[in-house]
Amino acid sequence: MKSITIDKTNALCGAIFVLFGIFFALQSLDLTIGTAFRMGPGYFPLVLAGVLILLGVIIIVQAFRSLHEGVGPIAWRGLLFILPSAIFFGMTVRGLGFVPALFATAFIASFASSRMTPLMAALLSAGLTVFSVAVFSYGLGLPFRSFGPWLGF
Amino acid sequence: MELFHNLALGFSTASSLANLFFCLIGVLLGTLIGVLPGIGATATIAMLLPITFQLEPVSSLIMLAGIYYGAQYGGSTTAILINMPGESSSAVTAIDGYQMARKGRAGAALAIAALGSFFAGTVSTFLVAVFAPPLTKIALEFGAAEYFSLMVVGLVSSIALASGSIVKALAMVVLGLLLGLVGTDIYSGAPRFTLGIREYADGLNFVAVAVGVFGIAEILRNLEGEKNRTVLITKVTGLLPTRDDFRKMFAPVVRGTIIGSALGILPGGGAILAAFASYTVEKRVSKTPQEFGHGAIAGVAGPESANNAGAQTSFIPLLTLGIPANPVMALMVGAMIIQGIVPGPNVATEQPALFWGIIASMWIGNLMLVVLNLPLIGLWVKLLTIPYYVLFPIIMAFCSIGVYSVNSNVYDLYAVAFFGFLGYALVKLRCEPAPLLLGFVLGPLLEENLRRAMILSRGDPSTFVTRPISATLLAIALVVLVVVLLPSIRAKREEVFQDEE
Repeated sequence: MKSITIDKTNALCGAIFVLFGIFFALQSLDLTIGTAFRMGPGYFPLVLAGVLILLGVIIIVQAFRSLHEGVGPIAWRGLLFILPSAIFFGMTVRGLGFVPALFATAFIASFASSRMTPLMAALLSAGLTVFSVAVFSYGLGLPFRSFGPWLGF
Repeated sequence: MELFHNLALGFSTASSLANLFFCLIGVLLGTLIGVLPGIGATATIAMLLPITFQLEPVSSLIMLAGIYYGAQYGGSTTAILINMPGESSSAVTAIDGYQMARKGRAGAALAIAALGSFFAGTVSTFLVAVFAPPLTKIALEFGAAEYFSLMVVGLVSSIALASGSIVKALAMVVLGLLLGLVGTDIYSGAPRFTLGIREYADGLNFVAVAVGVFGIAEILRNLEGEKNRTVLITKVTGLLPTRDDFRKMFAPVVRGTIIGSALGILPGGGAILAAFASYTVEKRVSKTPQEFGHGAIAGVAGPESANNAGAQTSFIPLLTLGIPANPVMALMVGAMIIQGIVPGPNVATEQPALFWGIIASMWIGNLMLVVLNLPLIGLWVKLLTIPYYVLFPIIMAFCSIGVYSVNSNVYDLYAVAFFGFLGYALVKLRCEPAPLLLGFVLGPLLEENLRRAMILSRGDPSTFVTRPISATLLAIALVVLVVVLLPSIRAKREEVFQDEE
């Protein structure tokens, strides 16, 4: 008896596409669909969402017959520090201001590597902040507030 | 004679002191980025976009173009010296270039790569100058139906040129198109897919999506297995190739230039494919194929010329039709729009100085690269010793500043994190990110032209096949799709991309 093997990578991949397709399809249904002559805002996205769901299903079906291949190592540490560093910058750049937000962003991101020491990260972030303020605020004149209202400025 | 008149205008624009300066900055930054592995031209241009806001449109586009082809040059240096492609398009160069370096011929390999690239750059710049004006004339005849069909061709070709599963690439395009539709509907003003977040009413920021999908995902991939880079050579000597080298490199350079120029026009990463195609051709025609993989000069000269030629000619669809051939060109579209220029066939007639200035600057930039980079090679070698864990916090910081400065919208940074995660997840699931980004850029244009064409034809979809240009374009798209799905071609295609990994 031949056992059925599933390529988990492809199955997951197909599932992601199907989920995105369903999300866009449901959202499109709330919009005016219109006719082919006068397409409403929902027409084109609904068609695309349908195609995406179909393609996702094909990928899932193909996953049942293709050979299994692993996804390889995953950068958990990277995900844990890199992604929040961007979000942190977004949340604090107005409140704290450019200087502290940038320093913290670089500092948080630094720890995505297991080789970074806290001292090194602090030095690097400080240097980077000084450089960026010089280049972006003074050199290019971008309208950033160096220190924000949260710090009493 | 009009060509010479135009070129003269271009050179006078590009050789103003300010533009020469920005061209220089561009190629230097590009080389720097190209040399450093783990950060591509796409993420760099996205990062550096804010620098160009304050500049004149011509200067900013000249600088961005310089970054792009400078990165191609820099990438080959890394490939030759540490057997690691600084840019994906120089992956092939690493095969024979690194072997040459191990035999003590690093200097010659670098010089061959640089001279081959310069030759290719010169020829393909000329090709852009010759072919761009007639194409813009054709493009001016285009209506909504033709634009729609043309974009379909572009999207289909990007699928054909993406590595891996075709169905997945197709799904990536469709997902990209859908993501591109996020924001306010142009006809009815209805907000779409914004999840009620007012900050996304103007759509997802292209720079944020590009930085997330290319920049952040790339950092995460590099962090998976942190390896030590060993620089093979700390001092490069013997830069000048021998007479024998020149003899051996000539034919491959010419062939590489032709292959690269042709493939560069195709949407979806022509430069990368051009390098692979050139390597395959050189191996086929070589009298000594056993040398390949052991330091064959043709294996460096051909692909290096091809990827540079491809990088230049990928400007043709952008400058004539306003349609980006690859993610870098998509960023150039973004830069043009920020500068208040609508990319398309009108640019050549309305802004001749800009149009020809960019073309002329490509040649000047290539010249600068040859003149500057060979003497500066020692500096680039030093850069290779910077450990990655120092680099990526810097990249993160610049990405954050870059994205925020486009619209001062903090939600763009949340989009960066989301698309970084999505991009990384999709790469791990073996999906190519380039088609997604191309879909994202073309999504709104595709929908707009589709709706306009349908209104013009009173809801009759046969308008796409009864108009001759549109019908031809759709036929091309269909042929491309059928060809890539044919079993024999499919096997061959997988073979080509096998070498890539």
